[in-house]
Amino acid sequence: MNLYDIIFYLFAAITIVSAFIVVNAKNIVYAAFSLLFTFFGVSGLYVLLGADFIAIVQVMVYIGGILVLLLFGVMLTHKITSVDIKAGSVQTIPAVIIIGIFAALLIGLMYSTHWAVNPAEIPVTTTKSLGKTLVTEYVLIFELLGILLLVAMIGAATIARRDGDK
Amino acid sequence: MLTEFGKIFVFILLAGGFVAIALVAASLIRPKRPTKEKLKTYECGEDPVGSPWVRFNIRFYVVALIFIIFDVEVVMLFPWALVYKNFGVYGFIVGAIFLLVLFLGMAYEWRKGDLEWARPKIEPPKMDIKFKPEIAPRPVEEKTVSEVE
Repeated sequence: MNLYDIIFYLFAAITIVSAFIVVNAKNIVYAAFSLLFTFFGVSGLYVLLGADFIAIVQVMVYIGGILVLLLFGVMLTHKITSVDIKAGSVQTIPAVIIIGIFAALLIGLMYSTHWAVNPAEIPVTTTKSLGKTLVTEYVLIFELLGILLLVAMIGAATIARRDGDK
Repeated sequence: MLTEFGKIFVFILLAGGFVAIALVAASLIRPKRPTKEKLKTYECGEDPVGSPWVRFNIRFYVVALIFIIFDVEVVMLFPWALVYKNFGVYGFIVGAIFLLVLFLGMAYEWRKGDLEWARPKIEPPKMDIKFKPEIAPRPVEEKTVSEVE
């Protein structure tokens, strides 16, 4: 077990443990804060995979944006303390069966895939090549993304606007 | 030897270790004599009133929503900004169209007043007239008229 593996298991442990807390927390605010560590662990895993751009996006958008939005959403609810969130277990047997099938599928896939691992390689930054494809090959997608964001922006403003505003 | 992310990782470890060591050392050293007053929630010396869970203004949510949109926009601009010079005018136009489309949204929200903070309306103080005036004033408001009659 080298250093890389140790770091990987550290981040994996952070992700899984905090995800478990998200699911099981009785207080919705604790669940939202625990989600912070899940996102953080996932971004660490991205870094280990050499996907530096995705990792930074994960930190910027998910931790910096979506989690803040989620916390605002929680705090905007009328009576947080009396919200009865369902954290119990229901339908255990079907869940175990489905998870078992899914896990078997994943593990089978894991062993049957030929992994092109090259751990000694120093990761190169991916942002520049990403930009090159955005301007050449995927330029239409880049512009469509702008329109998608425009739609999202107008939609969000329209929905969130208070009734009675113009 | 260390990559750039390796340095960040060392930084994370040091930060976590610093907090852990400071808290553990403090809990070992400090005397522990809690009283009822000491365990109270600290609220600038006042007695805490009500629940700390208050409803936030909906405006925060709107601002956060708009922030996320522009967050994603900035994220998409990073790779473009690194390479657009290699493509000359074409690269510039690609980014300009992207920005223009999002500027439309910005202009829309600005015009519609979504970026404005909802201010409380300033109303001049009203006097609640209870006494009957000796000489009936000019009947300006209907309420005054009915009171006089």
